[in-house]
Amino acid sequence: MKFLVSIILTALLSFALCLFMPWWSIAIAAFAVAALIPQKPGKSFVTAFIALFFLWGGLSFWISNSNHHLLAHKVSQLILKMDNPMLLVLATAIIGALVAGLAALAGSFVRK
Amino acid sequence: MRVVPFIIASAVTVALITTLNTRLTIGGTKAPAFGNFLSPQHGFWQNAEPANTDFSANLNFPSLNGKVEVYFDDRLVPHIFAEQENDAYFVQGYLHAKFRLWQMELQTFAAGGRISEILGDKGLEHDREFRRLGMVYAAEIALKESEKDPVLKAECDAYTAGVNAWINSLTESSLPIEYKLIGYKPEPWTNLKSMLFLKYMSYDLSARDEDFEMTNAKSFFNADDFSKLFPLIQDSLDPIIPKGTAFAAQKVFPVPPLKADSVYFNNHDLAIAESFKPDRDNGSNNWAVSGNKTKSGSPILCNDPHLGLNLPSLWYEIQISTPAFNAYGVSFPGAPGVIIGFNDSCAFGVTNGGRDVRDYYEIKFKDDSRSEYLFNGSYHATRFRIDTIKIKGKADYIDSVAYVQLGNNWCPVMFDKSYSGGRNTNNKYYAVRWKAHDPSEELKYFNLINRAKNYDDYNAAAVYFHTPGQNCVFACKNGDIAIRTQGEWPAKWKGQGDFVMPGTDSSFLWQGMIPQDEVPYQYNPERGFVSSANQKPVDDVTYPYYLGRNYPEYRGITINRRLNAMTGITPQDMMALQTDNFDIGAAMAKPFIVANIKEADLNASEKKYFDIFKNWNCRNDVGTQGATIFEVFWNNFDTVVYADEYAKAPKLIMHPFFSTLLEEVLKDTAYKFLDDITTPQKETLADDITKAFKKAAIELQEIDGAGNLDWEKHKATRINHLAKLAPFSRLNLPIGGGNRNINATKTDHGPSWRMVISLTPQTEAYGVYPGGQSGNPGSKYYDNFVDEWVAGKYYTLWMMTANDKNDKRIIAKMNFSK
Repeated sequence: MKFLVSIILTALLSFALCLFMPWWSIAIAAFAVAALIPQKPGKSFVTAFIALFFLWGGLSFWISNSNHHLLAHKVSQLILKMDNPMLLVLATAIIGALVAGLAALAGSFVRK
Repeated sequence: MRVVPFIIASAVTVALITTLNTRLTIGGTKAPAFGNFLSPQHGFWQNAEPANTDFSANLNFPSLNGKVEVYFDDRLVPHIFAEQENDAYFVQGYLHAKFRLWQMELQTFAAGGRISEILGDKGLEHDREFRRLGMVYAAEIALKESEKDPVLKAECDAYTAGVNAWINSLTESSLPIEYKLIGYKPEPWTNLKSMLFLKYMSYDLSARDEDFEMTNAKSFFNADDFSKLFPLIQDSLDPIIPKGTAFAAQKVFPVPPLKADSVYFNNHDLAIAESFKPDRDNGSNNWAVSGNKTKSGSPILCNDPHLGLNLPSLWYEIQISTPAFNAYGVSFPGAPGVIIGFNDSCAFGVTNGGRDVRDYYEIKFKDDSRSEYLFNGSYHATRFRIDTIKIKGKADYIDSVAYVQLGNNWCPVMFDKSYSGGRNTNNKYYAVRWKAHDPSEELKYFNLINRAKNYDDYNAAAVYFHTPGQNCVFACKNGDIAIRTQGEWPAKWKGQGDFVMPGTDSSFLWQGMIPQDEVPYQYNPERGFVSSANQKPVDDVTYPYYLGRNYPEYRGITINRRLNAMTGITPQDMMALQTDNFDIGAAMAKPFIVANIKEADLNASEKKYFDIFKNWNCRNDVGTQGATIFEVFWNNFDTVVYADEYAKAPKLIMHPFFSTLLEEVLKDTAYKFLDDITTPQKETLADDITKAFKKAAIELQEIDGAGNLDWEKHKATRINHLAKLAPFSRLNLPIGGGNRNINATKTDHGPSWRMVISLTPQTEAYGVYPGGQSGNPGSKYYDNFVDEWVAGKYYTLWMMTANDKNDKRIIAKMNFSK
């Protein structure tokens, strides 16, 4: 239960903070949720990782899909040197997930 | 709290965030800061515009005086309906910024010599060159002149306020993607920036000169050879204003200095040359045919300006409707008004005049401090302009440029001991006298032509166009057609400014301007059409002023021949003419190539290419191989003919034009330069042609082997993104044409807007440009016109009226009010 609630809270808080703050506010969200809802460090990491993986992956996929992946085709060639929109979505998801996961790990050490 | 793990985890998190917040250098290029760039709520994903975006909005700005409604049609062309004229310019500025901000700013940074701020020190050479040419100086003068006029001042202020209204609404996430990629932010717009943009167009269109190359050519060759290599006129010339036209009586009489021969024409010093040059083929076609040649009985006006092809496009299509006027056409993101287009009464367009309005004077300073310069026998105090060039990631570069007064004009000493650009300057000082430094208000032309109702209005508007001088074409619903070879042109004595001139006294200065009533024009000529294609404006024999050389003549010949022969013309005929790929230069050359080549000397492979060439119809259409063969052959022919004479020439030197070699050989099969001076025997035309074809065949085999013998593959037309990012560009477009074709589409240069306007009671208008209305590479409107343009197709231009507000073409509506 904690696990699921943490995932949802981390994702929601990240989304809300990013409306007003820089992208790295996802770390604040993950840190805060991990600190407030105690879980084992490893579990905290996985929680936030999953939350941001789906938040950033989902958002970017949703945006790209309604753009018919027009821009993702171009930017993947620019950044990844290959024409692969889904890889760009994956890269986005993993970067968000890693940052949030590590921040949650730090947050989890606040309690114990 | 578990302190140690906490600290480690926190440190790793912060380190990762810091890394993702840094622009890393990957494979030699700076990558964007990935955290921000990939964040779906901040970065580039925000630029991925949903395919079904609704552009509708209700917006309030206190600086507006009335209501403005903007209707976007299905090509995203805005139709602006404003109660107050200046509100329309506000909205135009707002829309330019909304759809094209990055390009607008980049162009003004380039114009003002500020590229280093974005790109770092690789922009420094460009920035110094542009500042030393006095681009900012010119823009400041133009701004002062324009703001003297309360109408223009209000227009520019409104436009600028509109641009800034958009800039102020930007957030991190709504920045154009290029800012996110390169990592910088837009700054506020100013009226000066609009002037800088217009001076950039002046640079593009009127800063093309070969004074240094010509100076070196004059020094290297003897007078007889020089005149054969660089003739003033070609036999084929068909000027804009036809031969035999009578001109107004001459009022300015430029006199060559007494010492012109000794210190100028016969001076054999070598000079330097420029490293930056606008494209030589920045030109255009325009013509208007009168009603007695059209099927409808109404005039048709056509224009296609040939410029560098880029994305986002130079042009932005727009309709502006105010109580005072209703104009439709293309505008420049960066400036108010419609540049080329039509209104309810008439249509208007321009091609480049291309005369030499930039000359150089060698200045003698008293000493290296440059603080005093010699002029008319005494020393005068220099003015210095100190330019601080900001460089991204480096310390500022301070450049001091001396300005000297030549006659009434303060001119920048562009080249001095501190600025050689890696070239051999011989430690000399050269000041530049450029017409674009003079006060003028070109925006006034656009302001007036947008509301012109008749020929008188057109004439009254045209005289405001000073620099870059343009062939202004006009047609009116009342049946009038006209063209003016418009500009404020220096009245030069023969040969003045062809070479670098002495700058130590007033005798070599420009002695006056050609009066506006002596600007050659045509009004309802008997032949039933007017046309221009950058050829020499008038016949030298009868026109009293010196016009220089180096005008491309062949497109004009084809256009005039075709228009002469045509009757019952429809807009569709005009589209076919604008997209015509006939190469008249090739048609003139082919017979003597075929007649003279020693066919027996060709081997099987050479013969194969020769047979293709022989059967070629001299058209640069898609799929033709003869065009490729002709081009490769001609380059080799040129080398075979001239390389021996040029072997010991300085590196920077003028080269004869295609037309010179072609027409000299047509005139004289024993053309002096055909002989290879390095061999004992005397080579003939047949020898040179055969040798050149054999050399060409080797190149052609390679091209053929790569599968690129078809003309469009060899030419590989592309439309580059302004930052040359390949995924944002359109490459290898299957389009014909070439620089001697009416369809002057070259590799990255060509018809940047094609327009055909039939001035029937209900105007029939067609147009297309190779781009799209949005500058966002993530929008489906970014390049959606390109394929139509490639195919030679046109869109119907919709002059919307207030009654069309429920038309099904409308996809969005914006309301602007206080």
